[in-house]
Amino acid sequence: MKLNFSDKVLQTVIYFLLFVLAFLTFYPFWNSLVISFNVGSDTSIGGITFWPRKFTFENYEIVFKEKNIFHAYLVTIGRTILGTAVSMFFTALFAYGLSKKGIVFKKGYMIICIVTMYFSGGLIPYFILVYNLHLYDTFTFLIIHGMVNVYNMIIFRTFFSELPDGLEESGRIDGCSNFGVFFRIVLPISGPVVATLGLFTAVGLWNDWFTPAVFISNQNLIPLQTLLVQIVNAGQTATLIANLNTYAQSAVQNSVTVKALQMATMMIATLPILFVYPFLQKYFVKGALVGSLKE
Amino acid sequence: MILPSLAFIIVFSYIPMWGVLISFQDYNLFKGFGASPWVGMKHFQMFFESPEFWNIMRNTLAISLLKLAIAFPAPIFLALMLNEVRNMAFKRIVQTVTYIPHFISWVVVSGLVFSMLSADNGPVNDVLQKFSLIDKPINFLSIPEYFWGILVSVGVWKEIGFGSIVYLAAIAGIDPALYEAAALDGANRFKQIFLITIPSISPVIIIFLILGIGNILNAGFEDILLMTKNLTNGIVMPYAEVIDTYVYQMGIMNQRYSYATAAGLFKSVLSVILLFLANGIARRLGKASLW
Repeated sequence: MKLNFSDKVLQTVIYFLLFVLAFLTFYPFWNSLVISFNVGSDTSIGGITFWPRKFTFENYEIVFKEKNIFHAYLVTIGRTILGTAVSMFFTALFAYGLSKKGIVFKKGYMIICIVTMYFSGGLIPYFILVYNLHLYDTFTFLIIHGMVNVYNMIIFRTFFSELPDGLEESGRIDGCSNFGVFFRIVLPISGPVVATLGLFTAVGLWNDWFTPAVFISNQNLIPLQTLLVQIVNAGQTATLIANLNTYAQSAVQNSVTVKALQMATMMIATLPILFVYPFLQKYFVKGALVGSLKE
Repeated sequence: MILPSLAFIIVFSYIPMWGVLISFQDYNLFKGFGASPWVGMKHFQMFFESPEFWNIMRNTLAISLLKLAIAFPAPIFLALMLNEVRNMAFKRIVQTVTYIPHFISWVVVSGLVFSMLSADNGPVNDVLQKFSLIDKPINFLSIPEYFWGILVSVGVWKEIGFGSIVYLAAIAGIDPALYEAAALDGANRFKQIFLITIPSISPVIIIFLILGIGNILNAGFEDILLMTKNLTNGIVMPYAEVIDTYVYQMGIMNQRYSYATAAGLFKSVLSVILLFLANGIARRLGKASLW
């Protein structure tokens, strides 16, 4: 396609704007990463822009030696893995059941589900329910909080209902029960959907700080993001240093600053996502489209 | 096969819906639903008459409308711009980078904002000072009047890339013959964007707009909660308190369960009315509608 003069101007403007946007998106991450690898006392002099001036791993060493942070990291990992597995399993099973033709009252079940997407009791009645079920302050609650996701269920169901009937019949002829068909035939061929929805669920669980903040009071059950809120909240020194053990305290007096520790903690809460992101990008994009085509 | 999940939905979604009835009670966590006294509209009246009510409504509506006016069209602009990029490697890089913030938790994002805008060596202040635009660092985050602007900008920053995916997909579905015809008729790229691209994706835009209007009272929750928590002493609260944060503050922090539920219920009812209104208008206009 040939471009005339006005098109070229337009192109130049667009390239410039996009470059600025990409830079503005990227820079905050880069800056934080740089600060997290720079000697804390040096950072506070100011003026670090693109590279660490005095490179160090010290900030990360302290963060990982800090028992609270390390423990919270394990809670986050555990919750993400178990929670995603539970959510995928029950949501897919539910969707599979609802995709069968013979179910009585099928439309009714669907309406029951869809209503919950638009109406809810809100935070307080939910809180009271959880409290009354004795799920308050339990790890179990962190796992089952998102057990059934209606949105994902609808996507699963669409996928299942497009599977050829013959697949299932062949399973039955070989003597499979309903569950047998689900586990041995349906789930193994649902890889792409499970991967896409599983990723979104896992990212959601990894990033969730609010649920634990409201429903967990035991510090031993708090995941990293929620702990991070407490750390960032502490803002200036006092609370954070009180939370750190003696090793860290002596370090803080030397070269490590609160800001450097905050940045290092933020990075360990984010790096796993940034690290897997390039490999999973195509799933992310596919997932975003799967979700939006529902309407 | 559907039983466990169905039971889960009924317990965790429908019992709380029934639970909104506590907004008509003086609910006491230890007495429970059965034994707490009924008090009619008392909590609603208290909410409407509370000194904060108009302030909260102003903030909720202002933040929502700003988001609708700025954060909603932003991904559309990005998609239109990306569509004009001929250099595929550049396009890829921009897309990859702009999608990232969507996957980063609000906790980390609020930490980044805090660090970027900080008056003490924050890069934004550094740059402004270097170019002599300001004499001394501004503590952006502690000026209440700036809060709306910062909140909306950060929201755009976080979601613009990911939001553009849908529009890019819609643009990819446009018949290339339309562009060729327009080019033959002498339309430049700029005209083609307005005469072909935008009209072609308008059904998608309208559907997302309707969904957005139904959400209009969800001014924000996580973002506001985290960005105000980071600020010392809640100086910005007069500009930051919205219905959702108020419900959280009253209900979870102060344990005024009935009062907070009443405020929350008021919001849900208004949202549903807005959703129906928006959908009705869209249908009258003869374009796409949700149902």
